[in-house]
Amino acid sequence: MKGHGENFMKYRFLLSELVHKNIKLQYRDSFLGMLWTFLQPLLTMIVLSFVFNSLFGRDSSKVVNYPVYLLCGRLLYEFFSSSTKRAMRSIRSRAGIIKKVYVPKYIYPLSSVISTFVTFLISLSVLVVVILFFNLTNIHPIHITWRIVFAVVPIIILFFFSLGVGMILATLSVFFRDIENIYDVVCLLLFYVTPIVYTIDRLGFEAGSMQLKLIKLNPLYGIIDMFRACIIWGGPDTFWQHWSMHIMLYCCVAAVVCLVVGFLLFYKFQDKFILHI
Amino acid sequence: MSNYAIEVDHVSMKFNINKEGVDNAKEYLIRLAKGNLHFSEFWALKDISFKVEKGDRMGVMGFNGAGKSTLLKTIARVLKPTMGSVNVKGVIAPLIELSAGFDQNYSGRENIFLYGATMGFSRKFIEEKYDEIVEFSELKDFIDAPLKSYSSGMKTRLGFSIATSVKPDVLILDEVLSVGDAAFREKSEKRLQGMMGDGVTVLFVSHSTDRVNKICNKAIILTQGQLVAQGDSDEMCRIYNQMVKNR
Repeated sequence: MKGHGENFMKYRFLLSELVHKNIKLQYRDSFLGMLWTFLQPLLTMIVLSFVFNSLFGRDSSKVVNYPVYLLCGRLLYEFFSSSTKRAMRSIRSRAGIIKKVYVPKYIYPLSSVISTFVTFLISLSVLVVVILFFNLTNIHPIHITWRIVFAVVPIIILFFFSLGVGMILATLSVFFRDIENIYDVVCLLLFYVTPIVYTIDRLGFEAGSMQLKLIKLNPLYGIIDMFRACIIWGGPDTFWQHWSMHIMLYCCVAAVVCLVVGFLLFYKFQDKFILHI
Repeated sequence: MSNYAIEVDHVSMKFNINKEGVDNAKEYLIRLAKGNLHFSEFWALKDISFKVEKGDRMGVMGFNGAGKSTLLKTIARVLKPTMGSVNVKGVIAPLIELSAGFDQNYSGRENIFLYGATMGFSRKFIEEKYDEIVEFSELKDFIDAPLKSYSSGMKTRLGFSIATSVKPDVLILDEVLSVGDAAFREKSEKRLQGMMGDGVTVLFVSHSTDRVNKICNKAIILTQGQLVAQGDSDEMCRIYNQMVKNR
């Protein structure tokens, strides 16, 4: 364990170098540069708002402000899907280096998740701007309370959950390339089974039904719901309707389990990576 | 404290040669269920032990497929040996392929830091060496251009400059002394000789006994994964030449 700590200290500059590189290169050579981190989620929100608002109509009694509701879910979902996708490809795309030089390999998926996390934090500014817009124009204003500070809880859980899933995928994709193809579809499925564009009540399942339980099994559901509770339903009575301690505990456990499984799997197989990449 | 820079202790390396090329989950699971996952074993290295003293220049000779590259990879910690252990003191600069640690979209300057970080150095250390690296590579005017615009000669010059400027303890040379044009080649050979004078330990892989004789003071010979001879370089070169004749 002491050896691992020392090794990490030795390579921490590599970690920060890789995180910087991923962020810098993402928008290099593009005209608007870092502004895309802001524009991309904003434009997606506008498109999705139009599509789902006009196509399906909305349940305005439950949702105070549909664009903000949607944006909260999508920002978190987007971080999860792109960080795990990047982590999944991080080992195979570094085959050239891994075959030539010794590097602690977990640095690659870790740096992928951290750099996506930094971009995600920047993109949260979209949320600020959109809420400001609605509050200033006084169309469906969002009542922000001090409970917004609790938003760090779902964000931290989401980070570790994504890291764990990313490590599992990185390990598996070295041995089975199929994972990369399947995972795109899995992410699409996840987008629709997680209440992002709709509210869970809209599904019309009875309380305690099997279908509802299945949907709540997905840790992303709990994480996104907690995040929304802090942003949209910050009022004293609405907050506790949306923030459940059981779900929070469940999400924590899910994140820790994924993280432990991810690291154990990675450590068990990392010496074999080179034979397969 | 022993005075060895590299200790290779009973190292064996086994590869599973996957005959059918199973690399997707379906095939794998079907074969696993049928109990039909066959690999043929191949021992690339068989029980190899040797030590290299600090400051020694060790030549590694052998025919194609004798296990030279595998041996170097276990020493560079890229491959973990199936059995046995490898112990290296200090920093290894692998010159196996000079541009492996570069990113094409990064500029020369950024790549210096990235490459240094990949070798496990701190930012401060690379900043100290930065000027020396740029000067030696003769790339001052292009250092902020993206690497994808560099010629292959420029890339190797940059890689060579970084790998040698950081004053590594162990240098692995895989016949790379053909860096750039004649003038730069001379300059780089001079630098390598300077480093050897300063007591850097060198592992040199070559087919040419002349080169080994010129650079090394010790040598080992590998044949089909086995260490068949080790000793002073001139004696080893004589044996190797004999082996070439008898083949």
